This record gives sequence, C-alpha cells and structure tokens, in this order.
Amino acid sequence: MKIRIMNRQHNLRAACLALLALVFSAGLHAETLHEERSLYRNIFVTEIEGRRCLLFNAVRGERNQTCKNMRDPKEIIFHYARMTMGGLLINPDPQNILIAGLGGGTIPVALNELFPEAKIDVLEIDQAVVNVARDFFGFVENDNMVAHVVDARVFIKRAALQGRQYDFIMLDAFTGEYIPEHLLTQEFLEEVKQILTPDGVVVANTFSTSALYGHESETYRAVFGEFFNFKMSGSGNRVIIAQQKPLPNQGEMRIAARALQGPLRPYGVNILEFPSSMTTRPDWDESRRVLTDQFSPANLLGQ
Amino acid sequence: MTVSPKNTLLQNVIVAAAFINGFVIMTIELLGGRIMSPYFGSSVYVWGSIITIFMLSLSLGYLWGGRLSSRNPNPRTFALFFLLSAILSLPIIFLGEWTMTQVFLSIEDPRYGSLLTATLLYFLPICFMGMVSPYSVRLLVSSEEHSGRMAGLLYFVSTLGSALGTLMTSFYFVLWFEIDQIMWGAIAGLLLSGAAVMIAYRIPVRERTEVQKGSTVL
Repeated sequence: MKIRIMNRQHNLRAACLALLALVFSAGLHAETLHEERSLYRNIFVTEIEGRRCLLFNAVRGERNQTCKNMRDPKEIIFHYARMTMGGLLINPDPQNILIAGLGGGTIPVALNELFPEAKIDVLEIDQAVVNVARDFFGFVENDNMVAHVVDARVFIKRAALQGRQYDFIMLDAFTGEYIPEHLLTQEFLEEVKQILTPDGVVVANTFSTSALYGHESETYRAVFGEFFNFKMSGSGNRVIIAQQKPLPNQGEMRIAARALQGPLRPYGVNILEFPSSMTTRPDWDESRRVLTDQFSPANLLGQ
Repeated sequence: MTVSPKNTLLQNVIVAAAFINGFVIMTIELLGGRIMSPYFGSSVYVWGSIITIFMLSLSLGYLWGGRLSSRNPNPRTFALFFLLSAILSLPIIFLGEWTMTQVFLSIEDPRYGSLLTATLLYFLPICFMGMVSPYSVRLLVSSEEHSGRMAGLLYFVSTLGSALGTLMTSFYFVLWFEIDQIMWGAIAGLLLSGAAVMIAYRIPVRERTEVQKGSTVL
C-alpha cells in the first residue's frame, strides 16, 4: 500500500516535471511580449526566434497581422506586404500617400524611409494598434508621417469633400477576419477614386482564396476598369493595383522595376520579379454581383 | 374598451401584430448599422448611438403608449400606431442619404454625427413601435387576475419576434436582399399588421361584452 502511494506520488512528480519542461521549452520559442484588449479586438505581440509578430484575436485562427525580423528590421517578411510595393511600378515617386490600416506599421515605415519627402497619412481605427505599433514595431510618427485614429471610410469621405488628393493609396484595413464590409463597396471605391490624383495608383490587399473573390474583383472593375491582378506563389494574397488612366505595359514596368530594384533590395523586395506576375486577365467568375452599400454581405459571402 | 374574450380572432391578431412589431424593430435596428457605416464608419460608437436611440425611443414609447391606453383604449388607435410607424419609417429610405450628408457636413466627430443621425431617422418610428407594447396589454387584459399572464404572453411574443428579426436580418435578409428592399418589407409588415387588426375588429362578433369599468387602470 505504502509503496503504491509512493509510486503514485513519483508518477505525479514526473508528470509535473514533464509538463513544466514542456511549458518552459515552448516559452523559449514563442514568448508573448504583450497582450492588449482594445474596443475592437484582442491584440497579441509574440516573439519567436527573433521574429516579432502582431496578432489579432489570437484564440481564433491566429492570423498574424504583421511580423518583423528583429535582427534585420528593414526586411519585409510577408509576401503581400512586399507585393504592395508593386504599386511603385505605376507611380515610382509618390508625394502624397494614404494608407488605410496600420498593423505593425511595416509598409508606412518602409515608404517613409524610401520617400522621406512624401506626406503619409495612415488611417487606423484602433488606438491600441497605434500604441502597439509604436511600442513594439518601431512605428514613429514624424513631420511627414501621421497616424489618424479614424474609420477609413469617414476619413476618405471627408478628404473628398475637402478636395484633398493622394497619388498613392493603399487599402490594407483588416479586422481579425477580413476587410470590413463598408470598405468593400462600389460607393467606397468611388470615394477612393475621388481622392486619387489622375496619375495616382490604388493598391489593395485582398485574399485570393475566398468566396468573396469574384464579387470583390467585379466591384473593383466596375469602378476602375481593368486592373492588375497581382498574385505570387507562396502567398494566399492577391494585390489589386489600379489607376484611373490606362495601365502601363510590361516594358514600361520593367524599366520602372530596374530603377526601383536598388532602393528596395534592403527590404527583401525583388521587384524585378513583379511585372511578369501582374496580369489584367480575369481569373474569377465574372457573373458575380458587384458589392454596394445596399448589398454588401461580405462576411457572409466570404464563408 | 378591452377586447372581448369572445373575440378570439382579434385577440390572436393583436398577439401576432405584437410579434411582427418586435421583429420589425430589430430588423430596422440591425440595418441602422449598415445604413450609417458609409458615413460614420462601423466603429463601436455607431452601434452605441443606434442602441442608445432605440432604447430611448422604446422607453418613451412605452411610457406614452401606456398613458394613451388609459383613455378610451380601442383597436383603432392600436392599428394607427402601426400606420404611423410605417409612414415615419419612410424617411429612412427616402431622406436617409440626404440627412446623413447634412450631418456629415456639419458635425466632424462621428460619435455625435451618428448619434444625431440615429435620433433624426429612428426616434419617431421606434417611439410608435414602443407604444404598441403597453397598448396591446391594455387591449387584451380583461381582468386583474390574469393581467400578469397576459403581459407575460405579450412580452414573450414580441421579444421572440425581436430575436427572430435579429437572426433573420443578420443571417439571411442581408444576403438575399438590398437594404431598401428589407426596409420595404419591414414597412409592409407594419402596414399589414395594422390592417389585420382593423379587419379583425370590424368582423362582427355575436356577443360583445360591455366596457369593463373595473379594468381601466393597469
């Protein structure tokens, strides 16, 4: 009897030790640096082997919003974020940049470094995300780069009323799940178009595998006409690159890519690869209905 | 007058109308978020504004509906609430864009912009929809001892309607229809409810009981 109890205690102790070891070793790999609950979501900052990531609603899906290599802070880790630099092939020297959706601030910081003279407005609905980007991802506002805590639709509507325009507009506003419904409609894109200079470019980050894909594509086409449907292997994202005037041809983009190659190299962006993947050919169901303010059940359609 | 217990048709129609009323309130409330998001965003304060105004409108509707029910309660007034709710919902369709543009131009802060818009578009119709609840209790209660039971039934039915209205609108209607089409559906539901009450009221009942003097005060 006594021996059995001893045994049991021993087993228990062994189990505890094993569990402790497991927790400890896991802790070595992924450490949660910060947790914050905002009005909109739970925000987590984790660090795994020198790679720091921002997560929204980590319980479900664990979708990384952005990651940063702490040993090489310039490197843009996510494919999609690199792909958004493809907008520079259309407008290689932006003066007024608007970015909807801050995340960890990777894209605005890169653009601010590349174009220190350009004015950059970053729109972020959640003050907590601005704080986290500042405290953990090195997003520092300056004279030319300002973060506005505002809903992108509200800011853009007011900018249109005030006649302000941008020559580089990036739409990258995501919740933990997808793009908010009122930022997917034809009316919204018309408002975006109003604040786009005649030579300006719109770059939108979307998913390439969702039931929404066809609806989204048709909506962009209804507003901008033909656009570059930019996909790369290794990425589940599709980047839409659109402008008001006719799109440049492959030759023109290759010339632009050669000029941008050097400046973009420190960011891990090989822009020479981009032009051949930027096609205008529709690869979606063209009978899909355009999303409007009256009809935008985006998150239902997306499932 | 209290509806005679003999007139079961009218009683059932009033209960059904309370159900539709609860349904429509939540349909309109949910669409409110959609209607306002192009102007004020989908931030948490837009929902804050909508829910605040709906609760305020309903609470005052309950108060005024209850007061009105103590003076000559009759199904005609009850049906009139539905007609007025329907008519006062029309500006949401026809003047919504214009109203929101004006508010957007004059108020910079989207919190107060959405609060004012919600007041302008929803206060009056939702007020009348709130009046339906206490008035329906007054019409159906014929004796003191079963007043609580009747009030319970009406709360049950109208809140059940609200639950279904929320579910159907957010899961299915927005997928099947445009926002204005759903609004027209809600308005049609209100008008049909009012009409059904009037029709049931007009159908003669063989034995109509007299006005019950003891039950004028709830």
